Amino acid sequence: MVSQIHAAYLDLILTRYQHNPNHLLQILREAQEYFGYIHADALSYLGQQLSLPRADIAGVVGFYSFLSDQPLGEYRVLFSDNITDRMLGSVDLMTQFCAQLWVEAGKVSEDGLLSVATTSCTGLCDQGPAMLVNNIAINRLTPERITAIAELIRERMPVSAWPASFFAIEDNIQRKDILLNGEFQSGSALAALLQRGADATLQEIHASKLRGRGGAGFATGKKWEFCRDAVGDAHYVVCNADEGEPGTFKDRVLLNRYADQVFEGMTLCARVIGAKQGFLYLRGEYRYLLAHLQAVLQQRRSQNLLGHRILGQADFDFDIEIHLGAGAYVCGEESALIESLEGKRGTPRNRPPFPVTNGYLNQPTVVNNVETFAAASLIAVKGGEWYASIGTTVSSGTKILSVSGDCARPGLYEYPFGVTVAQVLADCGAQETQAVQVSGASGICLAPAEFNRQIAFEDIPTAGALMVFDQSRDMFEVARNFVHFFAHESCGFCTPCRVGTSLLANMMDKLALGHGSPYDFAEIEKLNTLLQSTSHCGLGHAACNPVLDTIAKFRPAYQKRLIHHEFVPAFDLDFALTQARQMTGRDDSGAHFEST
Amino acid sequence: MSELDTLNSPANTPSPPTPLPQAGEGSQVSGEVNQSGEGHHVKKLKVATTSLAGCFGCHMSFLDIDERLLELVKLVEFDRSPLTDIKHCGPCDIGIIEGGLCNAENVHVLREFRANCKILIALGACAVNGGLPAQRNHLSLTTILEEVYHAQHGLVDGFIPNDPELPLPLDKVHPIHEVVKVDYFIPGCPPSGDAIWKVLTDLLAGREPELGHGLIHYD
Amino acid sequence: MNQDKLDTFTLDGQTIPFSAGQTIIQAAIAAGVYIPHLCFHPEFKPHGSCKLCTVKVNGRQTASCTALALANLVVENNTAELNNERLTLLQMLFVEGNHFCPSCEKSGDCQLQATAYELKMMSPHFDHFFPDRPVDATHPEYLLDFNRCILCSLCVRASRDADGKAVFALSGRGIKSHLIVNAESGNLVDTDFSSTDKAAHICPVGVILKKRVGFAVPIGQRRFDAQPISATPHPIAKGDA
Repeated sequence: MVSQIHAAYLDLILTRYQHNPNHLLQILREAQEYFGYIHADALSYLGQQLSLPRADIAGVVGFYSFLSDQPLGEYRVLFSDNITDRMLGSVDLMTQFCAQLWVEAGKVSEDGLLSVATTSCTGLCDQGPAMLVNNIAINRLTPERITAIAELIRERMPVSAWPASFFAIEDNIQRKDILLNGEFQSGSALAALLQRGADATLQEIHASKLRGRGGAGFATGKKWEFCRDAVGDAHYVVCNADEGEPGTFKDRVLLNRYADQVFEGMTLCARVIGAKQGFLYLRGEYRYLLAHLQAVLQQRRSQNLLGHRILGQADFDFDIEIHLGAGAYVCGEESALIESLEGKRGTPRNRPPFPVTNGYLNQPTVVNNVETFAAASLIAVKGGEWYASIGTTVSSGTKILSVSGDCARPGLYEYPFGVTVAQVLADCGAQETQAVQVSGASGICLAPAEFNRQIAFEDIPTAGALMVFDQSRDMFEVARNFVHFFAHESCGFCTPCRVGTSLLANMMDKLALGHGSPYDFAEIEKLNTLLQSTSHCGLGHAACNPVLDTIAKFRPAYQKRLIHHEFVPAFDLDFALTQARQMTGRDDSGAHFEST
Repeated sequence: MSELDTLNSPANTPSPPTPLPQAGEGSQVSGEVNQSGEGHHVKKLKVATTSLAGCFGCHMSFLDIDERLLELVKLVEFDRSPLTDIKHCGPCDIGIIEGGLCNAENVHVLREFRANCKILIALGACAVNGGLPAQRNHLSLTTILEEVYHAQHGLVDGFIPNDPELPLPLDKVHPIHEVVKVDYFIPGCPPSGDAIWKVLTDLLAGREPELGHGLIHYD
Repeated sequence: MNQDKLDTFTLDGQTIPFSAGQTIIQAAIAAGVYIPHLCFHPEFKPHGSCKLCTVKVNGRQTASCTALALANLVVENNTAELNNERLTLLQMLFVEGNHFCPSCEKSGDCQLQATAYELKMMSPHFDHFFPDRPVDATHPEYLLDFNRCILCSLCVRASRDADGKAVFALSGRGIKSHLIVNAESGNLVDTDFSSTDKAAHICPVGVILKKRVGFAVPIGQRRFDAQPISATPHPIAKGDA
């Protein structure tokens, strides 16, 4: 019986996750890694075993880009489709790849060997173009590398046997400051914590004026205090490593090289708020970091920095589980992330209540960024005042910037807050810069006149992405790429974002096809107002930003698409007769529309 | 500025349609519509109507304004319309389109109307959202033609007509606002005679057309 | 409970009393004030997804079905700005699915349609998506016409919270979000759906339809023929009165 095939591997996975429905996403992810996709029988079996409605499980599978209830091919190849990948030639490389393997993008090859598609930014913008093959990242694609990969697939070589150089992800740290200079000693923050006490440690966090590094900048000490004071059966610490904002890759490096410092920050937080359980929510694109991170956790357990009676303290138990995402940018929103941690569709919750009081399993939960926890470890060791003395008065400490695009030295740059964009551009070797997109697709697009602005909460708050565009780039296409990103990543919960982001993507495509008129501009502005005022979460609020910014600052890029004075249809009328011409064999003048 | 300059109708246009001449007292309509130079003469507005991918039901409903037709013809003069059998639309004040776009000819006629009419009105469900004909849109045209002319039970030696006289079908049926700017919409299948009358008399009087409860309906 | 004196807020200048824990829309309905809505239903936990009930609270837009009423809030509801936004949301719903009212037996009794009448929606405005959504007619008594689904999730909530089942769920993401049923075949007939379920009677549009009773009520006598939705008391609010 077919279902027994599935029961065999699912039982192993289910046992590992104690048949806990909160781990549904992890179970599905592993089931797919094993079998290639989520088979209909597997869905039914999981429903029985987890006592969940089958349809709810199917709904989860349908939500996450990396999960599929249809066969995907032995090799699933996903080309990273951020604008930085495109600037490095990803579109041509994908065309070449498809041609070499006789496969159509978006489909499974007839022999079931592979499928090829695009995916949202994989966080390798500093070393793109990038792809994921069976969820494992490959960087620095070139026509030669593509040819080699096509050959390996044709030979059915297991991905594990591919040349290690394909998977050699670099850290690319270009400028170090207090976080990246590597002085942190594992265990030192916990030692300081035990010496000082939990409350005094919280005071140090307060004194440091540390603010959340995810971009919103909420005071970390306050968040921890609110959570500590919230009543609940249990408290939780969650590290948000769902680094999905296009152009951001600092967490990739922090977790690859400074994971100890991040985990130690989480452990500090646990002590302060009284949590016994923590989660690292790692984006699915960073699947390749999983083994390394598990090893770091294991080492910390063996050093008694994690687990029972940490550093010999009778009442200090804390451990960390890693949850992997499965291709959903919206899960970077903290309440959507919590839904995802609970094994559900990553739909942002209605807020209030906020996670500090009603988070994971409806219990008080701190959700902080990877960089925030890393900074907390430093503060515990060196003190809040020391930290507050760095940066500006409003924005203390340093910020790690992920720099990519048109510059000589892409990579990570850590600066004290207050650094100007111009300084960053000079340091990374950017020339003839036309624009800088700060904070990714949802952020702000700066023109040269604004390059003297500062990276700081009081000027440009950011999670740290800086994508550089030189004079050769078409800023309309940049915005169009971002708009498609939002349409792809909209969770679909609320009407304005679900429909509006797709309408917006269609409108940008309309302009790209040369069907634009002032009418379309007015429509885009109308959509923007609506999305900003009625969307459920930040994704919808931000979805029009790239278009509005570029219209305001790079109008010529749009002007050349404003071919018509009057309304023109979005679709090509003559093309709309193609099928009829083919079926009738006609090609007379009446079988065509003259172009308008 | 005329009231018609500040449209809050869903007309898909950032710039308002050219305002109609204002109606005078007691249904007297005056203006520079007929450029005859006879300044003080009462001139009738020119109205054209057509049915594209529709069933003429909206036109039938138009006739349901009954005796008010007599009042209407005092105010308007019909250009191209099934009522006149004029084949091409000349310069008009109001164009009324029934039906959506299912083939090339529909598009040509619609464009002729848009080019010649100051105000274009989508009349009825098919013009407004594609209506019944648009329910073919989830099928490919290839599949449809194949089924109708080749595969259907009972066909012998079927072939797809290819006479150049016949308009080619579009791959999808579109409501008219997807192809030209439309100024006003009267939904309904068909809209009632009362609804049509209300919109026309509002326009003739220089008012923003508005349909209240009972007059606005989609079925 | 101490209810000597209820707290109040203002809605378009009108004083609205509320009790602790009530949302803005609940208090408004109790006071007989209409706020357009689709995914909200008094009997179920608010969802907050359709955004039709968006009001301005102290100058900021928020969904009134999830926003708690608080003393002295200044709430705007029936304003040109909000109604224009609601109109656009309705137009989005109309182009997202396939809403052909003349052939829908829910016509005249449909909350989406009646709300669109209320807000004077003369056209869907946007380009249509014309999605392909096959009908499920497998069940002997009920029909599912997904073309009309607006993803309000009322059937999901009713099945789960009132019927103790899980007949319906949402799947997909973004514009590909869609309603599914709880059966390996994907067909309603293979679920434990029953005509006595609350979920069988909750759909505000024409997705979940009882077979062989369509068009029984003549035009002119249907729920929203007599009076607009704003003057039609919510069945529950009426029951409470």
